[in-house]
Amino acid sequence: MAKLTLCSDWLDVCSGCHMSLLDIDEVLVALLDSVQLLSTPITDLKHPPEEGADIGILTGAVSNDHQEAVAKRMRERVKILISMGDCSVFGGICAMRNFFDAEQVLQYAYTETDSTAPGQQVPRSPEIAKLYPKVRPLRDVVKVDYYIPGCPPSANTIAYVLTELVAGREPKWTDELLRYG
Amino acid sequence: MGQKITIDPVTRVEGHARVTIQLDDSNQVSQTYLHIDQFRGFEKFSEGRLFFEMPSITPRICGICPVSHHLASAKACDVVAGVEPPRPATLLRQMLHMGQIVQSHALHFFHLASPDLLFGFDADPAIRNVAGLVQVNPDLALKAIRLRKYGQEVIRHLSGRKIHMNWAVPGGVSAPLSEASRDAILGDVEEMIGIAQAGISVAKEWLGANQDVVQRFANFPSMYMGMTNQGALELYDGPVRLIDAQGNQVVEFDGADYLDHVQERTEDWTYLKFPYYKAMGWPEGVYRVAPLARLNIADHITTPLANEELKSFKALAEGPVQATLYYHYARLIEALYGLEQIQVLCHDEDILSEDIRNTRTHITGHGVGVIEAPRGTLWHDYHTDENGVITRVNLIVATGNNNWAMSNAVDMVAKEFVKGSDVTEGMLNRVEAAIRAYDPCLSCSTHAVGQMPLIVEVTDANGERLERFVRN
Repeated sequence: MAKLTLCSDWLDVCSGCHMSLLDIDEVLVALLDSVQLLSTPITDLKHPPEEGADIGILTGAVSNDHQEAVAKRMRERVKILISMGDCSVFGGICAMRNFFDAEQVLQYAYTETDSTAPGQQVPRSPEIAKLYPKVRPLRDVVKVDYYIPGCPPSANTIAYVLTELVAGREPKWTDELLRYG
Repeated sequence: MGQKITIDPVTRVEGHARVTIQLDDSNQVSQTYLHIDQFRGFEKFSEGRLFFEMPSITPRICGICPVSHHLASAKACDVVAGVEPPRPATLLRQMLHMGQIVQSHALHFFHLASPDLLFGFDADPAIRNVAGLVQVNPDLALKAIRLRKYGQEVIRHLSGRKIHMNWAVPGGVSAPLSEASRDAILGDVEEMIGIAQAGISVAKEWLGANQDVVQRFANFPSMYMGMTNQGALELYDGPVRLIDAQGNQVVEFDGADYLDHVQERTEDWTYLKFPYYKAMGWPEGVYRVAPLARLNIADHITTPLANEELKSFKALAEGPVQATLYYHYARLIEALYGLEQIQVLCHDEDILSEDIRNTRTHITGHGVGVIEAPRGTLWHDYHTDENGVITRVNLIVATGNNNWAMSNAVDMVAKEFVKGSDVTEGMLNRVEAAIRAYDPCLSCSTHAVGQMPLIVEVTDANGERLERFVRN
C-alpha cells in the first residue's frame, strides 16, 4: 500500500504544537511505516509539492501576508487540511494583539520599550512580511477539514488523529483527548 | 547591482526565517541578510493583565523553551509580589529548568545537527537527516529520542505538562514533587548520562577530524555574555558577566540592572532587534550568548563529569573558544551538566518538601526576572500599578542576543563557501548550518524523513528570475 503523504507548516505560532507532535516519541517512528513526510519545518523540503499531498497540518494564526500565502498554498495542494492548536483554531494567544491597534503595538516594540535605543524605527522593508491589522484564525482564510484545539494539543490526541486517518477511519476525539488551552 | 540568492524558508529553524545573499557584478557575495518575519507583540498586549497571569501567557512566546519564559516570568513576579520563594520551591524550579536544558539541547544536537556532522554538508539531503541516522546508526537514533523524552518527562513529573505548564507562581510553585516521581527521574538518569557522553564523543570526534572546516567556518572573535556564580557555570540565578574576546572581564552586573548595560537597535530588514553592550555602543558592543559564551565565561562546573569535559573544552584555545561549530560541543557539555544537576537535586533533603510557596503578597510595582535559557540570557521586566495590573513590559529574548552573531556567521560562511557563478546545494546548506549552530529559538528541527528538495531562485535586481536550482 502506498504511504500517505503529509505536509505541515507553522504560521503565527510558538512552535509548541510541533513540539507536541514530537512528544509522540516512539509512535512517530511507527507512524513513519505508513506516512511519508514531505514539507515540514523538520525536513528540508520547502513547500508542499505541486502534485499534491494527502494530509496537511497548519499550526498558528494568520497575522501577516506571508502566513496567508503559506496557508493558501497548503490548502490548494492537500486533500485533508487540519487546523491544529488554539492559535490556528481560534487565534489563541496571538489574538490578544487584537485588543490593540497594530501600529501602536509595532511602535511600542520597536521604538518605546525600555531597552530600545533612542531614535529607532519600526522595520518596514519590503523584504519582510507585512503585519495585518488583525490576527485571524485559519478558518477565516481557507477551508478547514478538522480542528484540533489545545495549547498545545496533547501528544496522545495528535497520535490518535494521525493513527485513525492513516487507518482510513474517521477520527472522533472527545473527553480527555479534547482540551482547550 | 548583482544578483540575489534567496533561501526561503530556512528549514530546521523555528518560524519563517529567510536568507538573502546579494552578489556583486562579478558574482562574489557582497552581503548576506538573515530576515526574521514573525512579529506578535507580547510586550504591548500584556498590558492590562494581572501580573500573576504572566507565567502562563509568556511561555507561549516559545513552545521549544516554554520553561525559560515560565521561570523568568515567575522570578519577575516574585519581585513584583515582594515575596521570596522558600528553598524547596527554588530547588524544584531549578530541576524544571534542567529538564528543559536536557530536552532542548538533545533535540538540537541529535535530531538537527548530528546528521550534518555524520553525513557531511555535501551529503545527499535524502539521507542527511534523522531517517538516515536511523538507517546507519539506529542505536544512536533511538538514544536521541530517549534523551529528549527524558528531559520532557522531568518537566511533566514536576509541572503536570510537557509544554506550556501552569506551575511556577509568584512566591514558589503550585505542586510539590512526589516520591514516586523523584524515584522515576533518578532511576533513568545514569543511562541518560551515558547517552549525553555518547553525543559528546560524536561531536569531539567530528570536530577533531574536521579542523580545516571548523577553523574556516564562521570563526570570529567577539565578546561573550552569560550568568555565572563566582566563576561556576550557572543557568538559574546569578550575576551576569561580560568578557572580551581575550577572555578578560568587561563588567559583571546584577541582572535586574540590565538597562544600565544592554541596549537594542532595529534594522529595517528584520523583526528581530539587535542587543549590544550599552557602554561601548553599536557595533563595538556586540557580544555572543548561549553555550559557547557560558563555557567561555565559566572557569569551572560544579558537577564532576561536566567539569572534566570543560577542561577539554578549555584546552582548545588560549583564550575564549571562538569557532561557531564549537557551539555543538559546548551544548552537549551543558546537557551533561543538566543531568548531573538533576541527580544532585534529587538527593537534596528538601526536594520532597511541601513547603513550596510563600503566599504573602506586597505589591512592589516592578520586577525583573533573568535566567539562562538554553539559547542565552533572557530578561522579563514588568511594571504594575498598585493592584498588580501590568502597565509596562520589556523582554529581551535569548536568541535576540545572538542576532548579530548569526547575521555575521551567515555572511562569513556565504563569503567563504558560496561561489555565485556556480551555486550548489551543499554551499547553501552550509549557510543554513551557520544559523543552526546557534540553535536559534527558531529551532524545532528534527531533520526527519522524506524527500528534501530545496528550491533556490537567483533573481536580478528587478526581481526577474535568472536561474532556478532544485535540490532533490
